[in-house]
Amino acid sequence: MSDRAPGKLDPIIALIAGVSLLLLLPVLVKLVLPAAAWESGPGPFFASFFETKNTSAFVLFVVFCSLVLISIRRARIGADLYIRPIAGLKAVDEAIGRATEMGRKILYVPGIQSMDEIQTIASLAVLGHVAKQTARYGADLDVSNRDPLTYAAARETVKQAYIEAGRPDAFRESLVNYITFDQWALTAALTGKMVREKPAAHFFIGSFYAEALMLAEVGQTTGAIQIAGTAELAQLPFFVCACDYTLIGEEFYAASAYLSRAPLLLGSIKGQDLVKGLVLAWLLLAAGLIVAAAATGGADSTGPVASLSKWMVSVLSHK
Amino acid sequence: MMKRRIALILTFIAGSLGLFAFFFPGVPLFPVWPFVATANFKSASDRLDTWMVIVAGFALTLGVVNVVQTHGRKIMRQEKGWMYSVALLGGLFSMSAAGIYGLQPTEGIGKYTDGTSTPFDWIFGNIFFPLQATMFALLAFFMASAAYRAFRIRSFQATLLLAAAVIVMLGRIPFGEMISPHLSESITGTPGGAYLLPWLTNWIMDKPNSAGQSGIIIGAALGAAALSLRVILGLETSYLGQGKEG
Repeated sequence: MSDRAPGKLDPIIALIAGVSLLLLLPVLVKLVLPAAAWESGPGPFFASFFETKNTSAFVLFVVFCSLVLISIRRARIGADLYIRPIAGLKAVDEAIGRATEMGRKILYVPGIQSMDEIQTIASLAVLGHVAKQTARYGADLDVSNRDPLTYAAARETVKQAYIEAGRPDAFRESLVNYITFDQWALTAALTGKMVREKPAAHFFIGSFYAEALMLAEVGQTTGAIQIAGTAELAQLPFFVCACDYTLIGEEFYAASAYLSRAPLLLGSIKGQDLVKGLVLAWLLLAAGLIVAAAATGGADSTGPVASLSKWMVSVLSHK
Repeated sequence: MMKRRIALILTFIAGSLGLFAFFFPGVPLFPVWPFVATANFKSASDRLDTWMVIVAGFALTLGVVNVVQTHGRKIMRQEKGWMYSVALLGGLFSMSAAGIYGLQPTEGIGKYTDGTSTPFDWIFGNIFFPLQATMFALLAFFMASAAYRAFRIRSFQATLLLAAAVIVMLGRIPFGEMISPHLSESITGTPGGAYLLPWLTNWIMDKPNSAGQSGIIIGAALGAAALSLRVILGLETSYLGQGKEG
């Protein structure tokens, strides 16, 4: 907790805000200056090292980073951060407990992508928590992988989780398995495991493609409690249909922060929510301006309101 | 502790490099002698991608060793289902043998010049590919069972889903176009409306469906960005098995 006087600006927060403004200064200058003055002045200098077509992405990146870092700092100095309950994540411990009571294993599939996919990293973060809990409860875990790099990383994650849980003796190499690189051979192997070994809990967390439906449907027939999480839009309906709990998009990325309850990580979720609020406000304003422009000048309006609304949409659509 | 620190430093460098390559692709990485003067953030980021393929190649060896160890142990102990392990190792070794045989200059792993198959190609085309296609084909049946469960009328939302699904399914097939004029006439009492169901289908897909999807995409993109930032800054270490929980 902080011992600073309430209402006084934290110097680190002031520093983050200052650096962000400094980074955005060229963009602000470009907005204010006439196009000709920009081109004959600082324009070519910035274009010599900066990818100008990514300007709107850069602005969003700076605003996003600064809000996340400020939220993290606020969490560090003791601000109270509320994160809404997520049913799928509350059920993680329940599923592990159920498997332990039944004396059956827990099947964890960290998606089918490699370590260059952010969903896989998010999945391994959840795996760290699941492995720690299985180590504490003495439950049996089976992490099955398609990608060799993910397999190597998952093995280290589980090993470290068992050490941190104070049960290094309980770790066995057979807890983390490599299956195959082929998508459908992997699906056959996993569905076979579900039917023959009847795990009590299935975790499908990560990036999945067409195999998602088959895994979830077969798992559903075995009566296991199923928790899925992915950001793959096309696979979400299948998981929602066949699993007990589904972490949708951002819930899935927030999982590790939510499970660990670490204030620093929760702070970043809060920052992310602030940016989402900003994007929403921007979209609502743009939509309102489009409607206003259409109402006042017709569909082909070229007035200042229409131009502003078009600019607002183009900034977000990265054109 | 040291091992963890090295992992975090490498993560920071690799993550930052990707970011810098996106915004400042042409900026030289090391603009001083004796480093390569032409190396910039973009080329360094591309080089990292190449390294990843090489590292993945080595990791594949780890995977194969794990498969042989796991299934070899199952066979030795004659655990439940050990015959499946025999089939798996048989497949692994025969395919590997065919691939190694193909290393000879006159062989290869495709087809011979007369159009006949090499051993590798024969196994792939006559055993592996049909098995793969069979698994893929099963999806249709699983889709039907999932649809049945989803469309059962249990609540208002499920009813809405069923109605939308029926409209979209009908609107995407010729039968939908065929019944559209009759449907339109029975509703409005006047002829016309030849493309009622396809129009409704497009409206559902373009408006409510697209709006819902956009919401999920925006949330997921921000979530991914926040997670990436946490990983690059070393705040998120649970993927290394090191959480902050007690």
